[in-house]
Amino acid sequence: MNPTDTNTKTDTKTDKSVRQTGSILAWGAVALLGAAALGVIAVRRGEPINALWLVVAAACCYAIGYRFYSKFIAAKILALDSRRATPAERLENGRDFLVTNKWVVFGHHFAAIAGPGPLVGPVLAAQFGYLPGTLWVLAGAVFAGCVQDFVILLFSVRRDGKSLTEMAQEEIGRIAGFVAYTAVIAILVILLGVAALIVVNALKDSPWGTFTIAMTIPIALVMGLYLRRIRPGKVLEVSVLGFILVLLAIWGGRWASLNPLMAHAFTLPGTTLAVLIIGYGFAASALPVWLLLAPRDYLSTFVKLGTIGLLGIGIVALHPTLHMPALTRFVDGSGPVFAGKIFPFAFITIACGAISGFHALISSGTTPKLIARETETRMVGYGAMMAESAVAVMAIIAACVLEPGVYFAINSPAGVVGQTAATATATISSWGFPVTAADMQVLAHAVGEQTLFNRTGGAPAFAVGMAHIFSQSLGGATVMALWYHFAVMFEALFILTILDAGTRVARFMIQDALGHIYQPLGRTSWYPSILATSALIVGAWGFFLWQGVKDPLGGINSLWPLFGIANQLLATVALCVATTIIIKMHRTRYAAVTLVPLAGLVAVTFTASWHKIFDQEPRIGFLAQARLLAAGPATNATARVIFNNRLDAVVTAVLVAMVTLVLIESVRQWIVVLSGREDARVKESPFVPTRLAGEQA
Amino acid sequence: MSRFLRAARILLATLREIFDESAYERFLYREQISSSPGAYAAFRREFEEAKTRRPKCC
Repeated sequence: MNPTDTNTKTDTKTDKSVRQTGSILAWGAVALLGAAALGVIAVRRGEPINALWLVVAAACCYAIGYRFYSKFIAAKILALDSRRATPAERLENGRDFLVTNKWVVFGHHFAAIAGPGPLVGPVLAAQFGYLPGTLWVLAGAVFAGCVQDFVILLFSVRRDGKSLTEMAQEEIGRIAGFVAYTAVIAILVILLGVAALIVVNALKDSPWGTFTIAMTIPIALVMGLYLRRIRPGKVLEVSVLGFILVLLAIWGGRWASLNPLMAHAFTLPGTTLAVLIIGYGFAASALPVWLLLAPRDYLSTFVKLGTIGLLGIGIVALHPTLHMPALTRFVDGSGPVFAGKIFPFAFITIACGAISGFHALISSGTTPKLIARETETRMVGYGAMMAESAVAVMAIIAACVLEPGVYFAINSPAGVVGQTAATATATISSWGFPVTAADMQVLAHAVGEQTLFNRTGGAPAFAVGMAHIFSQSLGGATVMALWYHFAVMFEALFILTILDAGTRVARFMIQDALGHIYQPLGRTSWYPSILATSALIVGAWGFFLWQGVKDPLGGINSLWPLFGIANQLLATVALCVATTIIIKMHRTRYAAVTLVPLAGLVAVTFTASWHKIFDQEPRIGFLAQARLLAAGPATNATARVIFNNRLDAVVTAVLVAMVTLVLIESVRQWIVVLSGREDARVKESPFVPTRLAGEQA
Repeated sequence: MSRFLRAARILLATLREIFDESAYERFLYREQISSSPGAYAAFRREFEEAKTRRPKCC
């Protein structure tokens, strides 16, 4: 052997060894830093901590989760194969199926999964303190949410981009497919009702906010005409123009709030706003989209991505102090924002920031049709959910930078803290979170509002926190009102876009189903069917919205847990599908990767459902509240609230019963496969080698 | 510098994909037509149904 060859081999070995040692040291340092940051978050009591600890803990958890846990799943369970052609390559048609750069798919996927849920849920859960929410957002994302998104994306890629409903039907059974379909409709309806309620609560009695949001309609029309007539297809260009016009609308809102005539016209109560939003939802579902909805969607996406990025930069640059304690007295379940103990209510309230069943729809919708190589599913599926979880951490920070007294004054309904500023501040101060009516008046004045009391729903508290962070970095206190209304506009625009799109998606799903009964009903261009199904969907979420607006406890107390339960139950269905496929792939020894989150979700959602239906505390249990109201003086209003509570109990029970059926059918499948009574055959598309030149690993 | 340019190109491509500009270009290429109000209207008609069927997350 040539001595030079021996030397080269020795050098290569030494290089490898040095790299390995460096890697071990670097990852060891990341682990230690993450542990230290989590230690500070978990152990520090009695004094405020800096938000940077949360940022560092999150960054380290995500880095370790991605580098080690997702790699373990990719290698040991999914056996990602870069030589296998994906549906984007095999079925490429230039429309749905398209080989796309992985970063582009990542951006696409993140833009679709990042909704208002991870912003609102953590803000509401901050009533327990910053600790429970932060721990669940980090652990839930790394061990459950990211895993669900990743495995469902890969399984869909291996099945020609099939949807969750189709996979549930093929791999588990017809009941699972039906339940997944029904759960999606139920979640959409409840989500849309709650989302609309958040907008109503953010805009009620706020002429500035209402004016700004109203102005987005003519702005969208201008954008639509520009896109259609002047510069066809130049969406990015027109989105920048729309963004500038929106900033002008925010500035104009100040003028509207100061002008007596305009202020009167745009100061609307919750009921009027609810009617307007229901009417808007119906028009959005039934009318052609090009003029108003498509441009609005683009504008919303533009604002969303920009604002999330800006907030991240603001938090890191400013690293504000968290004034909320790690744990509050409300861990006992007596919280004013929503009633119930940490377990299970913190988990179902945070929802999308840790795990969202809805993501499984995106992971088995557009995204699998764009993936160029199987190995990219790890970055897109696992990675994008980590980014969503980071948005939830930002929301926790935005809520917790507020003084706790201010946070509770904004988020507590009048039914809990009292109707007047004096009673509200006295009640909140008696909990150990001092706040005065004068403080609240100064803050309301600073953000350009008449009052900030009883602004339930999470959005106003998030907007105040965001304005607090932004105004410290850009413009100071003088522009706090502009930042506040920018934040409200961002949330409302975002949510209204979800209302537009969600109502249409639900309408198409209903039309698809009705088409099997009577064919013309399935035609998406047949107006009687469009009007009937639009009315059905808008009527359904409009019902929940109206119920929330009239609820003396602010609506969020009942509806957000209902949404959380529905969303997490859909995640349960997705994890049932994933576990069944893993067992059928003969990877049973690793099934705990999806089985443990599945068990956790079952425990959380079933316990929460039990409490929401049967708990004896009227603020928690739907039936207990109905009984309490029935025992009091009978009025038309109480009769309606009693009916609503009973209906909510029935909806929860039906959802749980359906998911129980899926669980039973899944377990039956696992037993059949594991006992060898049936051939464990997954319904994957056959292996076809990729032809993408130079793309193989 | 080249890394920076590559990152900027990918960012722009991502935005163009999210905002359907690339989809419109593919449509023009597939149909062998140039951009015009009529072409954009046809593109929107074709994409309307597919786009509005896409769920958006909570």
